[in-house]
Amino acid sequence: MEVTVAWYLTLGAVLFTLGAVGLLVRRNPLVMFMCVELMLNAVNLTFVSLGDALGDLSGQVSVFFVLVVAAAEVVVGLGIVVAIMRRRVGATADDLSVLRG
Amino acid sequence: MLDLVWLIPAFPLVGFAVLLVAGRRLGEPNAGWVATVAMFGSFAATIGVVVDLLSRDEHHRRSVTTLFSWVPAGDLSVDVGFLADPLSLTMCLFITGVGALIHLYSIGYMHGDAGFGRFFTYLNLFAFSMLVLVLADNMLFTFLGWEGVGACSYLLISFWFTDPANASAGKKAFVTNRIGDWGVIVAMCLTFFTFGSLSYVEVLDATDAGQVAESTATFIAVMLFVGAIGKSAQFPLYLWLPDAMAGPTPVSALIHAATMVTSGIYLLTRVNPIIADAAAWVPSLIAWVGVGTALFAATIAMAQTDIKKVLAYSTVSQLGYMFLAVGCGAYVPAIFHMVTHAFFKALLFLGSGSVIHGMDGDQDLRHYGGLRKWMPVTASTFIIGWLAIAGVPPFAGFWSKDEILAYAWNESPALWAVGLVTAVLTAFYMTRQVVLTFFGRHRYADARPDEVDAAWDARLASVAADLEAAAAAVDEARAGLEAAVAARTGAETTHASAIEAARTATSGGSTDEAADPEALAEAVLAAEDAVVAADTAVGSAEESLAVARSSRAVAAADQAVVVAAEGERDGVPSLALDAAPDTDDITDHLPEAVAARAGHHPHESPWTMTLPLVVLAILSVVGGLMQLPFAPSLKFLEQWLEPSLFGNEVHLGLGAGMLWVLAAVAVAGGLVGIAVAVAAYERRRIDHRVFEQPLLADAWAIDRKVGDFMGGPGRAGFEATTTFDERVVDGAVNGVGSLVRHLAGVLRRFQNGLVRTYAAGAAIGAVALLLWFLSRASW
Repeated sequence: MEVTVAWYLTLGAVLFTLGAVGLLVRRNPLVMFMCVELMLNAVNLTFVSLGDALGDLSGQVSVFFVLVVAAAEVVVGLGIVVAIMRRRVGATADDLSVLRG
Repeated sequence: MLDLVWLIPAFPLVGFAVLLVAGRRLGEPNAGWVATVAMFGSFAATIGVVVDLLSRDEHHRRSVTTLFSWVPAGDLSVDVGFLADPLSLTMCLFITGVGALIHLYSIGYMHGDAGFGRFFTYLNLFAFSMLVLVLADNMLFTFLGWEGVGACSYLLISFWFTDPANASAGKKAFVTNRIGDWGVIVAMCLTFFTFGSLSYVEVLDATDAGQVAESTATFIAVMLFVGAIGKSAQFPLYLWLPDAMAGPTPVSALIHAATMVTSGIYLLTRVNPIIADAAAWVPSLIAWVGVGTALFAATIAMAQTDIKKVLAYSTVSQLGYMFLAVGCGAYVPAIFHMVTHAFFKALLFLGSGSVIHGMDGDQDLRHYGGLRKWMPVTASTFIIGWLAIAGVPPFAGFWSKDEILAYAWNESPALWAVGLVTAVLTAFYMTRQVVLTFFGRHRYADARPDEVDAAWDARLASVAADLEAAAAAVDEARAGLEAAVAARTGAETTHASAIEAARTATSGGSTDEAADPEALAEAVLAAEDAVVAADTAVGSAEESLAVARSSRAVAAADQAVVVAAEGERDGVPSLALDAAPDTDDITDHLPEAVAARAGHHPHESPWTMTLPLVVLAILSVVGGLMQLPFAPSLKFLEQWLEPSLFGNEVHLGLGAGMLWVLAAVAVAGGLVGIAVAVAAYERRRIDHRVFEQPLLADAWAIDRKVGDFMGGPGRAGFEATTTFDERVVDGAVNGVGSLVRHLAGVLRRFQNGLVRTYAAGAAIGAVALLLWFLSRASW
């Protein structure tokens, strides 16, 4: 049984769905963060496999951009999460609604 | 020197700045001297500029000095620049000259006033604004001065603002002038759209070259005329000027007689090429409005009793003459009359101020009389002013008024006739004023009608009180008599019972062993004495009742006499020319103010006030030398003003003989007016009440009617516009605001602060977009 590009794409779609559902159902900010990472990496996997399958390097290159954005997002996001945890120990994402309209 | 023309307004501006900062500290009289020196400096600068201009060739007597660019906005470019030409400098000469004299006078007049420094601050600011008005080289800068003098006029009319009447007089002047200002603004906008410039030099040269359509020129001229009738108090916008007399008298002299009110005539003279290009009915309109106002105001002046109101209506009337001259194309006589009027009307106002000063603030002509004894300088200078305004040769007013009448005849005999009637009325009311003020009996100490009425009322009340007291005494005496009679009856009863007791005892029929015959006899005797005494008391009570009755009869007779006398007495005339009202019967009841007035003596004013009077009197005598009609070479003013008039001056087509006849008729008319007034007020051959009709004293009721209208339907209209503004205009704005706010209130519910909701929103959106793209895909 040969591993075709469809396998990779299916894995990417599954990982993305897992991340999206996790983001929506979990209330721990750190777990939600990991779900976001999962979604991003699912997209990365899709980029790489399609780039390879189509012989187009720009698919690979896009991954770098996504990684850079993910890294920056982690820095900012974790900073915010740490700052919140210092003030309100054990807060869940649903508690953090002070910016509601 | 011509480049230094900016010095002319700079002096009063500096004076204003100094007084604004340090006016209170300088105090009296230094603040006044600072302002006066500034005005004299300005006058000296004007003379310097005039001399420089005279040394130039006649065709180069127009110079523009631009200081800086004021409003550089696209096509509109307005400079702060000064136009020095014969017209503007003529205005400057009398503004600064007469203005300096009035400043000097004010030092004496405002003596002891709490607002001394403030007064001179305003006065210098006014002088600055007025000089900007006449010297500006463009319409917008002129308008700055135009509004500046309006603001200063407001500040100075309501100078004594603690009295609500003064404050509202200031507001009235300001609001009435707004109507005129609207005309000037419209004219300015149209001028800019037509010529692309507001500079007089460009606009007037272009107009003179015939580059403007007749309809445009007509509209601009009419709008400027609207502005001019507002500022120069012509019908129907004259209403504010009589009220403006609420200000201090030097203000009336400077602003509301000599300078500011002439700016309308100045403006029309300045734009004479536009009037020349306008439709032919525009000059006629100006002339008829002018002469109509002149006659109308003169009739009102005949019946006024306030010394300043007479002069105020006289000013309206004389300004009407100037408009008549402008309408007849006689710009030189208009300016000539403006200058001579500045001399003699300033003189008359300052003289009236001196009279008011000497009479402790009383402004009523009916309370004056015979003042020449106490105020010789004021009286003699005032008399010169009177002869000048009445048109008696060779005083200044004769020459200028005569010239205007000649041009009026040249235009239309109807205009001339109305002007002549006005001249007769002018001579009449001015003579009336002079006679009532300086000649005849001194009426200040007279009991005034209201005081006499009050005294009679007091006397009637006192005799009525006497009668009442006598009646009360009668009642009291009657009560006393009744009591005495009752006492006597009681005494008689006691007597009878004592006799009965004694009789019973002596007849031995008594069972009472204690009865002592001697004691019983004594009791009978005592009772007898008591009866006699009671009888005497009744007699004396009867006597005192008779006395009280007779004194009541006397009091009733007294009251009848007083009531009869009160019924028979003549009403006290408000103007008692012949003799003081008879107050012998009521001497004890007159208010104390009458006795206080008897001790008052008018006094002549200090030199700071009389010196300007003397100078102005001299000018009023010799002012006619500026423009003598006998030969063209003697018409100095005409030669001097010629470059400013672009040849638009109408030339008289009358022969010398006709001019002599017109002058003779005018002089005769003036003399008739004087003679009638003397006959009525000095000789008392004619009943003066014939001339003082209530309708005239009420100023033809126009002011009142306008006030009623503005208070009634006018006010309702204003309130309707307010309602429209609040409901419709504000409602639209506020409606949009509240709509947005309510919508936002609904939308903000979606922002609940839960990050997972946002994530769900993003997911749903992404799925929706995906579905949309898929549905559009064509596979």
